[in-house]
Amino acid sequence: MKHRGYYGPFGGAFLPEILVATFDELESRFREIKGDPAFWEEYVSLMSSYSCRATPLTFAENLTAHFGGAKIYIKREDLNHTGAHKANNVMGQGLMVKRMGKRRVIAETGAGQHGVATATMAAKFGFDCTIYMGEVDVIRQRPNVFWMEQLGATVVPVTDGTRILKDAINEAFRDWVTNMDDTHYVLGTACGPHPFPEMVSYFQSIIGKEARKQILETEGRLPARVYACVGGGSNAMGLFSGFFDDPVELVGVEAGGKGIESGLHASRLCSNDASPGIAQGYKTYFLQDDDGQMKETHSISAGLDYVGVSPILAEMHDQGKARFEYATDDEVVAALKLTMQKEGIIPALESSHAFARAFKEAPEMSGDDIIIINQSGRGDKDIFTVADAFDDPKWKDFICAKAGEYQND
Amino acid sequence: MTEFQGLEPYIRNRRKEKQILLMTHIVMGYPSFEASYQIVRQMVEEGVDLMELQIPFSEPMADGPVILKANQKAIESGSTVEKCMAFAKRVAADFNIPFLFMSYANILYKYGMDRFAQKMANLGLAGAIVPDLPPEEADDYLTAMAAHNLAPIYIYSPETSDARMKTIDAVSKGFIYCLARKGVTGKNTDFTQDMADYLRRCKQATNLPLAVGFGVKDRSDIAFLKGKADIAVVGSQTIREVEEKGVDATAPFIRSLMR
Repeated sequence: MKHRGYYGPFGGAFLPEILVATFDELESRFREIKGDPAFWEEYVSLMSSYSCRATPLTFAENLTAHFGGAKIYIKREDLNHTGAHKANNVMGQGLMVKRMGKRRVIAETGAGQHGVATATMAAKFGFDCTIYMGEVDVIRQRPNVFWMEQLGATVVPVTDGTRILKDAINEAFRDWVTNMDDTHYVLGTACGPHPFPEMVSYFQSIIGKEARKQILETEGRLPARVYACVGGGSNAMGLFSGFFDDPVELVGVEAGGKGIESGLHASRLCSNDASPGIAQGYKTYFLQDDDGQMKETHSISAGLDYVGVSPILAEMHDQGKARFEYATDDEVVAALKLTMQKEGIIPALESSHAFARAFKEAPEMSGDDIIIINQSGRGDKDIFTVADAFDDPKWKDFICAKAGEYQND
Repeated sequence: MTEFQGLEPYIRNRRKEKQILLMTHIVMGYPSFEASYQIVRQMVEEGVDLMELQIPFSEPMADGPVILKANQKAIESGSTVEKCMAFAKRVAADFNIPFLFMSYANILYKYGMDRFAQKMANLGLAGAIVPDLPPEEADDYLTAMAAHNLAPIYIYSPETSDARMKTIDAVSKGFIYCLARKGVTGKNTDFTQDMADYLRRCKQATNLPLAVGFGVKDRSDIAFLKGKADIAVVGSQTIREVEEKGVDATAPFIRSLMR
């Protein structure tokens, strides 16, 4: 029988029967556009006019001097429209939805970046839009909820399960099995049933294509290592795919939360706490118990707080084609602070995981080595979480005063 | 342990006496294992013909709000796979109808497909329904089920093409579970001419008996299905009744369906 979308033992399409026909159509549409150079041109042209592509590759001169090791470059996905790499995937899928003639899009979101990007795309292309978001994430990412709603999307807080990203994905699937005739599910990461891992990676590959070209133009040689944070894995797949054929070490950084020993983390590939399993339509490493029930995950960053991981990265892990590390919440906040102070750049908490790991390794590397860190998103969305982490008294005063104003309304 | 000559002959024999059979569903351990046992007992006493015993899963993608919550509550109150197996053994020994496991692929995968099938056979179960394990992904499962003489129950949906219905028929045993509509379990379904046409299409694709589920909730829904299907499946509605009125509401509810 047709066995599709496998990366070694991982991937597949574990679909309820009701969605099989929808996925057949999605796959054939994806084959069609992947084989059509005009589509990629249309996509790049859209991304360079509606968004800010090519995003810059910034030499982090002060951080480089600070650590005294490898030359540090930062790929600036934060300068994409809506402030994260998520727009790459969303606009690509949006162009596909137009071709499919559907009029409604739905999406899950964790940090809210994918939700905002999807709401933006829906506004631009004239689609109805519903975003599913775990109740916990609605609370920690309120500013993004505000923007999604202003952009015309309906945001549905998900109150089932652990009330975070995986639960939002389940709820989006429940919507889709009812409304697939006119609705496309814009899955936000390189996970889920085939063809999503391949399709999302394809749209995100624009990051790696640009980064490789830019570093060769600037330095005339390849980096020794590239770093990306790994939640579902889409920004990592995007950057890594530019260097698959090169002697470049690919380093994925997972959420170490409060430390691996604490059990409060979301490290699937670099801890021993995950095992292969099947959920949300695909096979990969999941953080689960011996019965196969998914565990609670923890991360300071909503976008990395996920039980599964891209099946493509799972296979790369097993084959030794990429190295996976983790950064703890505390290391992440320190890396974010240092990057702001040295470079005037504000990475998202998710992206700051990649920075934290790179900062550990850069001092040990030679001054001839180059590294690239993927700044998958900008950090202003995290203002509430970061202000709490910094325990900033002036911010607290401001919030209290603002709350007072609203109470007097 | 009850010995069945096979699920399909059981259904055919039973159909000689009844116009339509009734299959019900419980989530094992919800609200408790003792309550689950009492629910099963009342269902069997009221003439339910076969039953799905769901092993709860944390990510029940195909289930709607009622069964989703039942899954979560069951897990929270300690319903493990091992306890579900012990429960299944008890009811299969005590009650003389076929029992099926219903769960999601990960539960079987983590247990080991062959080990799971062997265990099912030992417990006296007749087959399994695994909604996220389509035939394309099911080589190990199908081999294991065949080796232990168990029925893999597959699903038709209104979106399934005629050609795919044939493909699914080729790997199915016991009966085919026809989804009455799109969507998840426990929402309203319109029992209309469209469904009659769809069920005719199902019947042309397979010689196996047909069960119809998703949104079947009362006597009139079941009356509609007479002559069009062999088995009516009532799932979420029993859970709702028990949640609202307690365990002892099971028997009167089942009676109201069958009368």
